Amino acid sequence: MAGASARRAVAAEGDNQLVVEGVSKKFGGVVASQGVSLEVPRGSIVSIIGPNGAGKTSLLNMISGFYKPDTGRVLLDGQDITRKKPSDIAALGIGRTFQNIALFQGLTVLDNLMLGRHVRMKAGVLSSVIYWGLAQKEDIRHREAIEEIIEFLKLQDLRKLPTSALAYGLRKRVELGRALASDPKVLLLDEPMGGMNQDEKEDMARYILDVNQERDMTVVLIEHDMGVVMDISDRVVVLERGRRIASGTPDEVQRDPKVIEAYLGANRSGGQP
Amino acid sequence: MSLLDSPKTDTLPKLLQRNAEESPGAPGIREKKRGVWQTHDWAAYRDRVRDFALGLAAMGFTRGDKLSVVGDNRPQLYMAQLSAQALGGFSVPVYQDSIASELVYVLDHAETSVIVAEDQEQVDKALSLKDRLPRLRWIVFDDTRGLWAYDDPMLRSFESVLEEGRAYGKANPAFYATELAKGGPDDLAMIAYTSGTTGNPKGVMLSHRNMVASAESFIEVNATKPGDNWLSYLPMAWVGDAAFSLGMTLAGKLVANCPESPESVQRDLRELGPNAMLAPPRIWENMLTTMQVKGDDASPAKRRVFEHFRALAERCELKRSDGKPLTASERLGLMLGEFLVYGPVRDQLGLRNARWCYTGGAPLGPDTYRFFRSFGINLKQVYGATEASALIACQSDAEANPNTVGRPMPRVDVKIDDNGEVMLKGPNVFVGYFKQDEVTRETLVDGGWLRTGDAGFFDKQGQLVIIDRAKDVGKLIDGSAFAPQFIENKLKFSPFIREAVAFGHGQPMVVAMIAIDMQTVGTWAEKRGLPYTSFMDLSRKAEVAGLIAGEIAKANATLPDVQQVKRFLLLNKELEADDAEMTRTRKVRRKFVAEKYAAVIDTFYNGGKQVQVTMDITFEDGRKSSLTNDIAIHDIERHGTARPQPARQAA
Repeated sequence: MAGASARRAVAAEGDNQLVVEGVSKKFGGVVASQGVSLEVPRGSIVSIIGPNGAGKTSLLNMISGFYKPDTGRVLLDGQDITRKKPSDIAALGIGRTFQNIALFQGLTVLDNLMLGRHVRMKAGVLSSVIYWGLAQKEDIRHREAIEEIIEFLKLQDLRKLPTSALAYGLRKRVELGRALASDPKVLLLDEPMGGMNQDEKEDMARYILDVNQERDMTVVLIEHDMGVVMDISDRVVVLERGRRIASGTPDEVQRDPKVIEAYLGANRSGGQP
Repeated sequence: MSLLDSPKTDTLPKLLQRNAEESPGAPGIREKKRGVWQTHDWAAYRDRVRDFALGLAAMGFTRGDKLSVVGDNRPQLYMAQLSAQALGGFSVPVYQDSIASELVYVLDHAETSVIVAEDQEQVDKALSLKDRLPRLRWIVFDDTRGLWAYDDPMLRSFESVLEEGRAYGKANPAFYATELAKGGPDDLAMIAYTSGTTGNPKGVMLSHRNMVASAESFIEVNATKPGDNWLSYLPMAWVGDAAFSLGMTLAGKLVANCPESPESVQRDLRELGPNAMLAPPRIWENMLTTMQVKGDDASPAKRRVFEHFRALAERCELKRSDGKPLTASERLGLMLGEFLVYGPVRDQLGLRNARWCYTGGAPLGPDTYRFFRSFGINLKQVYGATEASALIACQSDAEANPNTVGRPMPRVDVKIDDNGEVMLKGPNVFVGYFKQDEVTRETLVDGGWLRTGDAGFFDKQGQLVIIDRAKDVGKLIDGSAFAPQFIENKLKFSPFIREAVAFGHGQPMVVAMIAIDMQTVGTWAEKRGLPYTSFMDLSRKAEVAGLIAGEIAKANATLPDVQQVKRFLLLNKELEADDAEMTRTRKVRRKFVAEKYAAVIDTFYNGGKQVQVTMDITFEDGRKSSLTNDIAIHDIERHGTARPQPARQAA
């Protein structure tokens, strides 16, 4: 696999596409996030790691608008999106996958992907029903975009199958496809490799690199497999109990004594699973 | 008049040129991409072949150079082969699932200078080998996906070669036509490497004369029509695919259709509904199994209808093959069945438009054969060899029969020599093995007779019957003949047995190693509430051994007493090409298996009940590991007396 070093250079220092400024979130007495900040340079792959309950998924939920932070801001290309609705945030260019797969079980792979594209569809109900002129043209264009994703993720033989009939690893791939279908600028992936075997993980890692490079998407990733994280990330952010305890290149993070103590274990240098 | 008599149609790229001039707008080659069948007409097909050829020329490719293609069936890979041939070079297609160490032998031996690879997976393989391939100059890739980080100077995209070709064509407008005209029928078209059941693969040199003659005779027997659809899904490195997807489609103006991906073949087959179909027995058996599984899931009423008409069809088919007339009610029943069952089943299988279907490469079980025939599918046998440009004999519509392989192709002479070996002579017989004159002299004898290495005979109707590989036919200790493949095929007719290897030469009795069919045995176990975790676990179940013993007893009943399998064991892994136990076309490499399992064979004959086996396993990515465990050996109890069978049961 081509490592991060082989990829084209990430945009210049300071050009952050996504910025999270000191967000905090409490659920009753439970502190999910406490003043967490995150800078995601344009075109990079940033991984968020940390033990269970560190607040990784909460952070993604605040970026994508599912949670509203108690304090702090989220900026996409300089625009404050903190208080926007999730659907508006999706339309602005943030796509995401979920840890526990959010697909419509009874729908086919194709329909799930088309639904993922919904935020990009402009034709109204009436013109879609008549299916004439603009609506028809639009439909064909969207279908083309979906076919590109099907080819990209090698789902050709699964198009017409209901997602409930797919193996777990394939569903994860369709889930990625659904997120890609909205043409996001920033892709948030919540444990895309959870529960996968080694082969499936390698495939997924390759898809993530390809998404980043060929489709020019910035990627924010939560992942537990340290081998993958250290291999493909440009930057790694470490959370523990709702706080950010370290951030930097994979090398820097692996050497950081705080990280070694808190997360990777005191006597392990980390890096390999 | 043969196409070979005219200097305008005596090579494959000249035939493409002819098609582009005579029927520019008719479909030439099609591929399913992004869910839609996309067609290149003959003119576009020719243009791309021409531009790619010009691009190759600009890159220094010249007469006598070799171009390899590696990947799944894609129009670009067919085009690249024709481009090389148009320049007087030849193509060397290689198996896309070969591991790197196998590839390096073929590519090095063939002196390949250009590799055209389908995608990143194949590019990775080629790049990992380039240091061991001193003659390799270019690696051209078709699918650009995932290749953004690659900066090897050897790499070029297919599109960039076309572009360079268009520029080269502008500067040298007469170049392509001149090069094309220089080619003649006795130039080499391709080197097809046979996977070889013994030793290293051999490069079979086939001329344009071979390819065109073979295509012409097949078109003659089967009356193909221009525009007939053909599904190109068999491995490109297998000579059969070259013979059909290049030879036959170019000579007969048929349309080669490339499926979207290897996984979607079944779906694409149904969508396309080709006019003809060639498949090895395994695929026919899979189709039948899938249909039976689907049938079992249907509602009871539907199932009864299906069973009723299936039984009726098979009864009528048996009557017909015995030459007995059908009753009026049977005829009526068949008509109703056609409407309710047979037609829809053919449609589901994607064979609704198929005028003829061939099975070849190995014998097909008579039950499976009869099933397809009785449902109105014109299934016939074909027999061939790489050295004979794929085809030696095939059955015509009137002579379909599971026991023979049909009559020799037109203009091909077939004889049986004194040792019972099938020999042939004709325009389809190959030029020789590449850089292996010694072997060529052993194979091409007495002024052009090709020794096939198969033992066979002609039956009373003049149809050829194949028994076994001649060198495999041995003798038991009592002197009676032992044809291992003949016995193995009987065993493999059971849906539960995927592979079988029989031993017995120089021994007192016949024994067999069996690999179960994971799918059917798995379903069988599930129905009985028998839990299992893996292939190995399943193979070790006593119940499964009992099942297989019963299946062997059934096969034994059709064999003469001395030929019956007396002891067997169940392998705890499938036989794999990656472990060198089989060839890429799934033929057992008998000698290799005998060496690998020497301990097992000893135990078979010293009466032991158990044997410890250590096996090396090669994973798809080339990693190796080994596995040691005990395998039980089972004895077959005799079930009644076996009836001796006459020799016509062969094949």
